[in-house]
Amino acid sequence: MNADISKQNGGSKSPFAVEIKNINKSFGSVHANHEISLNVSLGTIHGIIGENGAGKSTLMSILYGFYKPDSGEIKVHGKAAYFKQPLDALKLGIGMVHQHFMLVPNFTALENIVLGAEGKTGLNKGLQNARKKLEELKQAYGLEVELDSVTEDLPVGIQQRIEILKALYRGARVLILDEPTGVLTPQETDQLFEILLALKSEGVTILLITHKLHEVMAITDEVSVMRQGKMVGNTLTKHTTPEMLAEQMVGRSVLVNTKYELQSIGKVVLSVNKLGVVDKRGFDSLKNATFDLHAGEILGVAGIAGNGQSELLSVLSGITLPNAGSFKIEEYLFDAKKNPSPRLMRELGVSHVPEDRQAEGLVLQFQAFESVILGYENNQKLGSGFLTKPDNIQEYCSQLQESFDVRPQNPRLYSSQFSGGNQQKLVLSREISSVPKILLVGQPTRGVDIGAIEFIHETLINMRNSGCAILLVSVELEEILTLSDRILVINSGEIMGIVPRITATKSMLGKMMAGIPFEDAKEDKK
Amino acid sequence: MQASRLPRYVDIVLIPILNLLTALFVAGIIIAIIGENPFTALSVMLKGAFVYKGGLGYTLFYTTNFIFTGLAVAVAFHAMLFNIGGEGQAAMGGLGIGLVALSLGGLLPILVVIFLAVLGSALFGAIWGIIPGYLQAKRGSHIVITTIMFNFIASAIMVWLLAGMLMAPNQMSPETVSFSDGVMLWQMHEIFNKMGFDIGRSPLNLSFVIALICCLFVWLLIWRTRLGYRIRATGFSLKASTYAGYRPEIIIIVTMAISGGLAGMMAVNEILGVQHRVILNFTSGYGFTGIAVALMGRNHPVGIIFASLLFGALFQGGAELDFEFQTITRDMVLMIQGLIILFSGALAYMFNPVLEKLFLRDDHLIGPKND
Repeated sequence: MNADISKQNGGSKSPFAVEIKNINKSFGSVHANHEISLNVSLGTIHGIIGENGAGKSTLMSILYGFYKPDSGEIKVHGKAAYFKQPLDALKLGIGMVHQHFMLVPNFTALENIVLGAEGKTGLNKGLQNARKKLEELKQAYGLEVELDSVTEDLPVGIQQRIEILKALYRGARVLILDEPTGVLTPQETDQLFEILLALKSEGVTILLITHKLHEVMAITDEVSVMRQGKMVGNTLTKHTTPEMLAEQMVGRSVLVNTKYELQSIGKVVLSVNKLGVVDKRGFDSLKNATFDLHAGEILGVAGIAGNGQSELLSVLSGITLPNAGSFKIEEYLFDAKKNPSPRLMRELGVSHVPEDRQAEGLVLQFQAFESVILGYENNQKLGSGFLTKPDNIQEYCSQLQESFDVRPQNPRLYSSQFSGGNQQKLVLSREISSVPKILLVGQPTRGVDIGAIEFIHETLINMRNSGCAILLVSVELEEILTLSDRILVINSGEIMGIVPRITATKSMLGKMMAGIPFEDAKEDKK
Repeated sequence: MQASRLPRYVDIVLIPILNLLTALFVAGIIIAIIGENPFTALSVMLKGAFVYKGGLGYTLFYTTNFIFTGLAVAVAFHAMLFNIGGEGQAAMGGLGIGLVALSLGGLLPILVVIFLAVLGSALFGAIWGIIPGYLQAKRGSHIVITTIMFNFIASAIMVWLLAGMLMAPNQMSPETVSFSDGVMLWQMHEIFNKMGFDIGRSPLNLSFVIALICCLFVWLLIWRTRLGYRIRATGFSLKASTYAGYRPEIIIIVTMAISGGLAGMMAVNEILGVQHRVILNFTSGYGFTGIAVALMGRNHPVGIIFASLLFGALFQGGAELDFEFQTITRDMVLMIQGLIILFSGALAYMFNPVLEKLFLRDDHLIGPKND
């Protein structure tokens, strides 16, 4: 393997795998990359962090040959590179693993890996050769993938490995990973990091784009910080701290942990009793769930993604119907016979910030002012009788945008044109402005930049302090631990236990998330 | 629909005009090949459609048909439903008019009968839209397939009735008896005559006004009502619609009812406006052309009015061409229409890349991904 590298390097003495000099790139009036320079040492893991919109993805897209820079130069392994298309970058050994996988769902892993590099006319021969080569790659880097399984049946963590294998199979020696852990469980993240370290030890250079500080601290050798299209910092990871990085990213100091005061909890507003949901495949996605939610508390739901949290949210918000058990809000009891509906739940003061803001929370093709009335368009303030008044709605939207600091503050912009954080603020503003008694929140800060995370956390805590009952579902354990009064841990649709935050530890929650009941996890703790 | 990056006026004015000119250019080449002067042909067409006495009346008469069927397709499209069934819905609308006019004509005051007949056309068309809508919403049968099938069913029902139960006695054509006296919509040239203007005889009737009212109705419905908001939300994102609590299956059925009703009202123009009896095949393809009209009019009532006017002019001017030139037959005219549908429908976005380069001048084309 090492012999390979020196060959590919063409014997050059350059200590850098990638050198980027004075890159500029504008989109219309937006200067996405401003005089960016970056040197990535050979065989290291180099983190690139920055808020959403800082220009990270644009820079990587340039490196990958997807965009042409307006000016500047790129050298790969010491050789000047001019990319017209991703294929050119690939030839120089640059491979990219996108945030959203580029896989054909109903192909097998093997078919996906060879896609675009199948060899000559006959497919079988090519596949056989590929299989041989892939077995070697798998062993070298610990990339365990069942080559003949159909891709869509595999967990996301494995799908990501397929993407990595795909890049390596094409001879990538520089691997760009764009927000690779966004979709992974903590365990999968650990496994990914092991793989990255194995790749590094074999001389592969890795560029890791992320906005998660602890990941940067955990795995990178060097880290570069981008802010508003500029490179604002570049240090060895061991010489920096998360606080310093956060400050560089945002340009001011940030409370990484939001302040939190204990308060006595109020009366029960939602009472869930032996609730069960069966999904379309006939699989019990939620079993026998029993818990109470009090006014003025945040009940965090911790668990690895796909263990029934989504179903819990969607049944409590009235979207899906329960198959067993019941839940009670005020004197209204809902069960398999007496069906709730999203509209009724809203009338009862239940607001819902959905997990997937792009597909559910907003209509991306709608202008912002249309999206902020989704589900609330019946409000008579927005027009009389059948007709709505767009002027009133735009006015209303402006108010929301102002009080929630949504940028740009323009009600006529399409929902898709806002950044992730601002989209989330739009959804949050809509759901909170109805002054809910109960707020169901799913992944409030997924794909959201640090500044917005701070804002969203503060908003949630303010809601709690003013007496709202909040059910918070998040795959970010940090977030749950920061915000919750009590933590409910869920595994395979079953509640493993409910722990007060004061007594909760990460390792205990981790065990419960893995399916060990509260009692055993607690004993282990001692 | 992807929001275009081009300035709005380019998208809604320049592109349709460019497409139209391209189609006419190609049609001109073909006319030149068969040995006629394309410019003479064009002038004959334009004169026939707009200048000759009554020509404009005929043009607007056809326009009326296209407005109804175009609106029908557009409304369904806002819920991302592709209603190909305008033809069948219009035929059923004709049946609705016939049943009302034949059963109530003479029993009730004429105005009441006319009003009920118009309602009947919308109702029957709506039913013919609701059934495929229901099948789509509840059973997942694809709306394109079912609406096409329902065209055939409607056609068969019309043949069966008009050659059977409803057939006028003592004659051989598949048609009903004429409606009782006065059960018809007033002709425009008569109205204008009374006001002292002579606009030449044409079948143009009050349906044209009804069609324009429907345009206003559709605009209000889609962009100003809560129902329209729900329809668009459902069309763009089923998940968001479910999240908001709109019950997409209900929205689909309601949308198809409105769409079918509009298509059904096309029969008002043909049956109540001109024929005054139900005949076979009066829909003669207007339902299908409505798809092209909606496409060209970008599913917006104003666009649909202009697109309908274009197709109306083609219909009328085309008939004139056929009349004027030995070599240019009815089929040639159909071919020109085909070219227009091809360039402004199927190839509607052909010029986009060129225009984007012209108007944007930097490589916005791919745009930044989620950064």
